[in-house]
Amino acid sequence: MKSVTKSSGRIEPIVFHTINTIFMLFVVAITLYPFLHTLAVSLNDGSDTLAGGIYFWPRAWTMENYRAVFITGTIYHAAFISVARTVISTVLGVFLTTMLAYTMAQQQYIFRKKIGMLFILTMYFNAGLIPNYFLIKELGLLHSFMVYILPSMVSAFNLIIMRTYIRSLPGSLTESAKIDGAGEFRIFWKIIFPLCTPVLATVALFIAVGAWNSWFDTFLYASSDIKLSTLQYEMMKLLGSTMSTNNDPSSLAGNQHNQIQALVTPASIRAAITIVTAVPILFVYPFLQKYFVVGLNLGSVKE
Amino acid sequence: MSDTVLDKPVKIQKTRKRRVDPEIGVSLSWKTLKMQKQLIFMSVPIAIYLIIFNYAPIWGWVMAFQNYRPALPFGKQEWVGLQQFKFLFEDDTFLMVLRNTIAMSFINLVLGTTTAIGLALLLNEIKIKFFKRIVQSISYLPHFLSWVIAAGIVATSLSIDDGIVNIILMKLHFIKEPIMWLSEGKYFWGIIGASNVWKEVGWGTIIYLAAITSIDPSLYEAASIDGAKRLQKMRYVTLPGIKATFVILLIMNIGHILDAGFELQYLLGNGLTVDWSQTIDIFVVKYGISMGNYSLATAAGIFKTIVSVILVFIANYIAKRLGEERLV
Repeated sequence: MKSVTKSSGRIEPIVFHTINTIFMLFVVAITLYPFLHTLAVSLNDGSDTLAGGIYFWPRAWTMENYRAVFITGTIYHAAFISVARTVISTVLGVFLTTMLAYTMAQQQYIFRKKIGMLFILTMYFNAGLIPNYFLIKELGLLHSFMVYILPSMVSAFNLIIMRTYIRSLPGSLTESAKIDGAGEFRIFWKIIFPLCTPVLATVALFIAVGAWNSWFDTFLYASSDIKLSTLQYEMMKLLGSTMSTNNDPSSLAGNQHNQIQALVTPASIRAAITIVTAVPILFVYPFLQKYFVVGLNLGSVKE
Repeated sequence: MSDTVLDKPVKIQKTRKRRVDPEIGVSLSWKTLKMQKQLIFMSVPIAIYLIIFNYAPIWGWVMAFQNYRPALPFGKQEWVGLQQFKFLFEDDTFLMVLRNTIAMSFINLVLGTTTAIGLALLLNEIKIKFFKRIVQSISYLPHFLSWVIAAGIVATSLSIDDGIVNIILMKLHFIKEPIMWLSEGKYFWGIIGASNVWKEVGWGTIIYLAAITSIDPSLYEAASIDGAKRLQKMRYVTLPGIKATFVILLIMNIGHILDAGFELQYLLGNGLTVDWSQTIDIFVVKYGISMGNYSLATAAGIFKTIVSVILVFIANYIAKRLGEERLV
């Protein structure tokens, strides 16, 4: 009797763990396959790709697709705009969010609840797209680089994360500085800010990813201005053009014929630009990974 | 309290009139303002910025009650009352758009939550730390990519001539001929739901995994002693343990029920699937920006905002009544 329960008690976990491990490998495969496939297509000869059968290894290696992406001058400029908006948004956003969060963490601050409420409400309350469009227009931000920076400097979600973290720091640190006569800004900049490294990394990642990934503001506020185009917007235009040809069989045939002569196809260009657009994120991601789990969990901690 | 009343009755009356925060006892007075001027300098300008960019546009809501024409000055605009809203709810397109939005949102909410909890439960069972970390890191990678990239990946995977989905389904003999997934409306909601799961399931597990980790281990020991099997432990210890997290995320998400998304639907939708793919946000962009019907688009936006706020308050109220965690 005893041995039966013992052995069934051993087999059951083994079966479970095997199935669980297989399932996890399946999750990993499903997540990674599209990237590997895209990478393979981007490195494969465009006309060869049309024959089908490319999975995660290129058959006819070529750098032609990448060359075709970079041969047009717009991509460099778009990349420059993307990098510029990401860097400026992140630096400014992190600084302002932390400073505001510092004041929101001061229990005795008279406007703490009012300003906090104002920010929390924005998570659900939005004037809507059209009124926002008119505001941007009234402020003269249409077709201006600042439209990428100004409207989204401080978000409620990041504010909550920062405030929760700052509040968890020991109060004695700031008290002694106060006794020594340090002002609030000095305490914030010299004591609190340096102590916030893990959560700064989290918030910086969130802001940077948001800035890097967005295309809708370009679409809405600067679509006619090629000088303000971003990588994601270029990608979106490309996606739009290939999608519409996909849906029209007659134009697809015509297109294929043209593109075979050109050696690169819309699909292979799209694959190459996908990789170009995704690489910066894939590159910073492993370094910041250990922080954002901490940060996200802080954000979920309620007041 | 009582002896101060005896000593200086007049002064007390004065402070009583002021609004005093009962928790910390700081009143709004010139003295406090002066004392806290540095905090005010550090936060009030940002609050003003917020008011300009988030609250000032509410002024634009008047457009919804007008037949707004950009060329005319404000005084000359024609006021039409609630006519735009009336038009909206009599318009078949808007009702369809509303249906699509709610349906896709609901699918995303249910699928997203269940898969995230499921994956968190299973990940939690993995004892090899290294493997667990690898799976996790990979599973939330897609969250950081833009919807443009995701849409490209989805379109490639579903393509008729070389899409992996068709290839696998054909190899498994589920289908005889490749399906044109993106050309048929009936598949659209499912595709959006599945794409959302692919992109966000790993991200969704972070919070649930943290909640599971914070469950008191002695509860599991007690359950083991009572003879609970793995599934019973999941059911009677783990699931109740993450209930609070579930409720608060549910409240937060209910407020976004009319945000089924914009980008994926906009990027993957086409003329053939428009009856299934168009959401309120796309409707607003189409009527407002492309067609210049600002008043109607603003009315649709107002409807969306008001519904969101009401839903959050209702969900919050219900959670409070049930004695659960709440947001506000």
